Amino acid sequence: MAAHLKKRVYEEFTKVVQQQQEEIAAKKLRLTKPSKSAALHIDLCKATSPADALQYLLQFARKPVEAESVEGVVRILLEHYYKENDASVRLKIASLLGLLSKTSGFSPDCIMDDAINILQNEKSHQVLAQLLDALLAIGTKLPENQAIQMRLVDVACKHLTDTSHGVRNKCLQLLGNLGSLEKSVTMDAEGLAPRDVQKIIGDYFSDQDPRVRTAAIKAMLQLHERGLKLHQAIYNQACKLLSDDYEQVRSAAVQLIWVVSQLYPESIVPIPSSNEEIRLVDDAFGKICHMVSDGSWVVRVQAAKLLGSMEQVSSHFLEQTLDKKLMSDLRRKRTAHERAKELYSSGEFSSGRKWGDDAPKEEIDTGAVNLIESGACGAFVHGLEDEMFEVRIAAVEALCMLAQSSPSFAEKCLDFLVDMFNDEIEEVRLQSIHTMRKISNNITLREDQLDTVLAVLEDSSRDIREALHELLCCTNVSTKEGIHLALVELLKNLAKYPTDRDSIWKCLKFLGSRHPTLVLPLVPELLSTHPFFDTAEPDMDDPAYIAVLVLIFNAAKTCPTMPALFSDHTFRHYAYLRDSLSHLVPALRLPGRKLVSSAVSPNIVPHEDPSQQFLQQSLERVYSLQHLDPQGTQELLEFTIRDLQRLGELQSELAGVADFSATYLQCQLLLIKALQEKLWNVAAPLYLKQSDLASAAAKQIMEETYKMEFMYSGVENKQVVIIHHMRLQAKALQLIVTARTTRGVDPLFGMCEKFLQEVDFFQRCFIADLPHLQDSFVDKLLDLMPRLMTSKPAEVVKILQTMLRQSTFLHLPLPEQIHKASATIIEPAGESDNPLRFTSGLVVALDVDATLEHVQDPQSTVKVQVLYPDGQAQMIHPKPADFRNPGPGRHRLITQVYLSHTAWTGLSHLARMGRKMCSWGSYPCLEPCQVEVRLLLAYNSSARIPKSPWIEGGEVSPQVETSIEGTIPFSKPVKVYIMPKPARR
Amino acid sequence: AATLTPTPRAGAGQDVGRSCILVSVAGKNVMLDCGMHMGFNDDRRFPDFSYITQNGRLTDFLDCVIISHFHLDHCGALPYFSEMVGYDGPIYMTPPTQAICPILLEDYRKIAVDKKGEANFFTSQMIKDCMKKVVAVHLHQTVQVDDELEIKAYYAGHVLGAAMFQIKVGSESVVYTGDYNMTPDRHLGAAWIDRCRPNLLITESTYATTIRDSKRCRERDFLKKVHETVERGGKVLIPVFALGRAQELCILLETFWERMNLKAPIYFSTGLTEKANHYYKLFITWTNQKIRKTFVQRNMFEFKHIKAFDRAFADNPGPMVVFATPGMLHAGQSLQIFRKWAGNEKNMVIMPGYCVQGTVGHKILSGQRKLEMEGRQVLEVKMQVEYMSFSAHADAKGIMQLIGQAEPEHVLLVHGEAKKMEFLKQKIEQEFRVNCYMPANGETVTLPTSPSIPVGISLGLLKREMAQGMLPDAKRPRLLQGTLIMKDSNFRLVSSEQALKELGLAEHQLRFTCRVHLHDARKEQETVMRVYSHLKSILKDHCVQHLPDGSVTVESILIQAAAHSEDPGTKVLLVSWTYQDEELGSYLTSLLKKGLPQAPS
Repeated sequence: MAAHLKKRVYEEFTKVVQQQQEEIAAKKLRLTKPSKSAALHIDLCKATSPADALQYLLQFARKPVEAESVEGVVRILLEHYYKENDASVRLKIASLLGLLSKTSGFSPDCIMDDAINILQNEKSHQVLAQLLDALLAIGTKLPENQAIQMRLVDVACKHLTDTSHGVRNKCLQLLGNLGSLEKSVTMDAEGLAPRDVQKIIGDYFSDQDPRVRTAAIKAMLQLHERGLKLHQAIYNQACKLLSDDYEQVRSAAVQLIWVVSQLYPESIVPIPSSNEEIRLVDDAFGKICHMVSDGSWVVRVQAAKLLGSMEQVSSHFLEQTLDKKLMSDLRRKRTAHERAKELYSSGEFSSGRKWGDDAPKEEIDTGAVNLIESGACGAFVHGLEDEMFEVRIAAVEALCMLAQSSPSFAEKCLDFLVDMFNDEIEEVRLQSIHTMRKISNNITLREDQLDTVLAVLEDSSRDIREALHELLCCTNVSTKEGIHLALVELLKNLAKYPTDRDSIWKCLKFLGSRHPTLVLPLVPELLSTHPFFDTAEPDMDDPAYIAVLVLIFNAAKTCPTMPALFSDHTFRHYAYLRDSLSHLVPALRLPGRKLVSSAVSPNIVPHEDPSQQFLQQSLERVYSLQHLDPQGTQELLEFTIRDLQRLGELQSELAGVADFSATYLQCQLLLIKALQEKLWNVAAPLYLKQSDLASAAAKQIMEETYKMEFMYSGVENKQVVIIHHMRLQAKALQLIVTARTTRGVDPLFGMCEKFLQEVDFFQRCFIADLPHLQDSFVDKLLDLMPRLMTSKPAEVVKILQTMLRQSTFLHLPLPEQIHKASATIIEPAGESDNPLRFTSGLVVALDVDATLEHVQDPQSTVKVQVLYPDGQAQMIHPKPADFRNPGPGRHRLITQVYLSHTAWTGLSHLARMGRKMCSWGSYPCLEPCQVEVRLLLAYNSSARIPKSPWIEGGEVSPQVETSIEGTIPFSKPVKVYIMPKPARR
Repeated sequence: AATLTPTPRAGAGQDVGRSCILVSVAGKNVMLDCGMHMGFNDDRRFPDFSYITQNGRLTDFLDCVIISHFHLDHCGALPYFSEMVGYDGPIYMTPPTQAICPILLEDYRKIAVDKKGEANFFTSQMIKDCMKKVVAVHLHQTVQVDDELEIKAYYAGHVLGAAMFQIKVGSESVVYTGDYNMTPDRHLGAAWIDRCRPNLLITESTYATTIRDSKRCRERDFLKKVHETVERGGKVLIPVFALGRAQELCILLETFWERMNLKAPIYFSTGLTEKANHYYKLFITWTNQKIRKTFVQRNMFEFKHIKAFDRAFADNPGPMVVFATPGMLHAGQSLQIFRKWAGNEKNMVIMPGYCVQGTVGHKILSGQRKLEMEGRQVLEVKMQVEYMSFSAHADAKGIMQLIGQAEPEHVLLVHGEAKKMEFLKQKIEQEFRVNCYMPANGETVTLPTSPSIPVGISLGLLKREMAQGMLPDAKRPRLLQGTLIMKDSNFRLVSSEQALKELGLAEHQLRFTCRVHLHDARKEQETVMRVYSHLKSILKDHCVQHLPDGSVTVESILIQAAAHSEDPGTKVLLVSWTYQDEELGSYLTSLLKKGLPQAPS
């Protein structure tokens, strides 16, 4: 009887909830719809003066309007519009019309007629312009409706002759956005007077107002963007605009010329005042190059940027951009670059320059000198020397793009790029170093160029140095002197900035493996070996010595004769480094010695397949073994997990997959173990202790599933389903455990309901994937859903329990590419015995430097956690600018964390310290202590869940699952030794 | 019409030094720069001001004086001119020039009077009095000198505060560039001018025949040399003149030291530099982009690494860099230091500019290794000698670029050598198709200008014209009929009716009549009919009528026919039209003169 009663209560309760929800929704609709327009109407009628009306309109514009009520509002606005005499109010109404017609879900074709109507009687130019703007909004909302577009274009053409530039501007904008694309087709069909939109717009290139000219060019560009092919005739018109008086016109004209040159690169244009003809793209290139020395820097930036994307230009023209004929007193002079090259080729490199060294040579024919080069001459020389760094950066970027597509140009622009390494603005220097890296496979550095490049290694900016290391990693050096020079400079760099250690070692690793033959003759010198005498053994911990060894060992990898030159201690050091710095020192085949890693032969490639196979096989074995007895299953799982983990350590390529699968199996193992517990049959009071294990397992599974979901990049929807399914099982387990351990039924109601909501949510989110989950826990659960909804908690728990035990083990499909996110804190190193001293009460900045691998969107997810000795944790959000992206999948976090002494000398700390109060003051004498720093990966579960349309539709989705936020630690914690000093009084 | 008459006054013409140019624009006389010649110690060092007005006061003749920048060859004669010759009118210069100019003048005076003991030189008080007459002009500020004359300053980038000036009277304008630099350097930006289309551009042409290499190579070389020397423990001596280039080099070294974390000390020999540096710190807005943008964090002229030099420092061990004056190593501190350091091959001297023949600087640059000093000492030069040219004048390309930016009608070259200017002149004429002049000292060039005269048009007339035809088309000229009224030097275009009304005149009718002889044996009536049908067929869009009195009208043109008194076979057609219908009337006569088509009968 009691059970029956409870059931009824439960039923009623659920019903009530649903009704409430419906009611709320209905109410909402009823309330909002009429209120908006009606209120507006009342307000506007109340308004006694234009200023009042304007105020009401402004207030009204602050709140959004629902799609259903837009039309009503518009009608009221229009009604008021006709009555209104004040232009400012009409202007506001017109602007509201435009805003309203942009409302999503509202189709503005019904208000178009009215808008066009009021346009015809409008006298004020400003209002007219605003109305045209509204029409533009309407037109862009209805891109499919050809008739409306035609009509709007007609209206625009009619008002093009207006005397106000604002109106003409808007008309041109309308034409640009709505001008029909398939002109001939629609004209034939409708029999309207054909309008050549391009010609109409083109006529306004010579408008008297510069703003209108700009608008006309922009409209033309808009047409192009919408896919209309511009006529070639526009090219000549645009060229004339290049000498316009106004910078915005010139800037837009440069763009237009660029567009046309991309459309008709191969057509031929005549050169004025001569009989010759050249390709259009070359001509345009020359013209844009000329704009690099324009008077306005906005135009210069624009021109320099566009140059980069003109790849079809002929190499002859391209190379001219770096050409500047020097002369002095009418005599030809060589540039410093040419002289450097000559000096280098004559073998006289680095001789000091003498007075008169740059003395001009041959006489120049005065007639032949052209001071204003038509064409591309020296465009980049000018751009790279520009006053504004924006122009210089744009020029460097353009150089980069052009050099990537033309190896010969890359070789030529090298000198100029190297020069940019000494720019006064760091951004420019950095940009040019990056550029050089990007084109590095096309170039080989000459020694004198290398010299200049290496000089920058002493730069005090860490970014610059690291960018330079990256550059050196992929640079081709031509001579052994070059390698030596690079090594010497890098060691100098190391001595000056010891923090660059890792970056330098890495750089030398690549330098060595790229140039084995160049390193070979340097080996005796570098190792300071002597043919007869034994030399002293260098210090193994010296970073500089390690750097040299990294270079040599990496070169030795592909140069089998090299190890013969090593002395005994070198081999010992090799063994040591191979173990301690295995990522920098490759496996070598050493003659006459027990091969350190005999397994690794030079051809590693075939080895990958077996390990892949092994992975597949072991996983398949697990998936097929689900029906064995629990004991066997457990063991097998344990073995497989161990295998996978080891495999991940051995094979870095498979680490992601192996870890991912191992984690999944671990979850399954935990689940099986938990279910194996005998607690299920024992009475509640007895298994209290044992239940710890089950609830801990549930908790751990939850954690692991979050890790699986958020710590791996490349996880697809298939996997997400399985992960969520696993989590659901964990939740079920948790529910069962709680049900068993808690006395009384009341708390269970809530829990059961929550769980069922989650099941419901799971179903809704992954409805598409449900067919794949046959026979699984959730599949069975959903079958029983109606029954569960009406059951009381105890019954639910019972059902869940049986289902958990019966559920099969789901096969986890392996994703294509999966990588585990990882982070390594490089700085602080955590080995220092010297405490970081600072005055208590003030903050100290701790430099944190970490590399992040395979983290998606690190700016928003990566946090720094500081754990103080008293257990307080502080979470720090690094600035987005602190993240750098040196390569795909890799990020670098360089930030500062502020520690403060008061942050942990809370009560507990003070109490502990209380005994050690100094005699002279009330300040505690503070002892050094350790602070832990680690990186966290923050996640938000709603981010991953696929959005189904009806969730957006406003239906109330369960609050439980949508936004669980949490963090996963993903780096080893590093201890920092700090010592606050008492403040001086 | 108005004329422009620029006259290079005893200097500036085809010469470097003593810049002084007199320009008359539409009756206004302006003197541009007032420089002195460093090479002379007698009267020739100042321009010959008696040339301007043979008799009479300068103040009455000159409307204003404009100084482009603080170099002595552009402002050195100013106190002499204003206080000793006597000029009380306004002197215009930019604020940095106004601040630094007196320091340099005072320094110059000290050397001339105190060291060389010259008499008849201006005094400190005269410099002060002279500076009181100065009016500051800010960049792009338009200053009305009087009702008609206005001047405007543009950035020139030659030294701190250097400016180009536009002088405008009515619709006529002249731009004077002073010295300028089109490539930015470490502390100054590039010269810039808007497209002001002056009637005349007066530009310097120091480097008329030179196209320079990129600045970066020079800078890099310089820094590399200094760096290498300092690294191997050597000392670097850089002889400089106190202002201008010295600051650029300081900034260059300062930022390099900062970037490369270098520790070796840099010294600057004191003197007027400290005062000048102070002004460089103040006038941040006149420097380049980098310094302007970063000065909120740190003023680049507050040097961290550069300290004041003391005589005793020269003997300190270890590396150092010293900037010392003067620049040509002919005297003073730079020579003293040079003598101390010359014997060590680790050391280096870098000459950042040109050296006059006869100075120590010139000798060592030309490779001399043994120098005879006073007292028969022989100094052996073991230290390295380097030459680095840092110059802040526009090269030929830069000059062309500026002309392209300003689009002048005429160009006048000054401040350069005649032979080089000839080349540039030819290039300018060839490439811009503008006239180019290069007057010698004392020579006057007179340029005719075609001033544009604004004419007011009455709204009624304009509207009537608008109503008649299509909208005005920018590409095509339109014919418009009206009456031009010139009254009190202002012009108006009004309709003829209004003109008549205003002037109180009666309207006169002007009628043209013309007789056309036609060979036609038929009767007059028939001839008229034939004429009528002929015209009707040709002039389709005109109103052709046959009146009952036997005449034909086309619009307001009347055609009557009469038999010839002597020859009955010939008819005389009388065509008569008013002045307003001149076009149609003459067309009709020419049409009728061709005769009538043969009648079908």
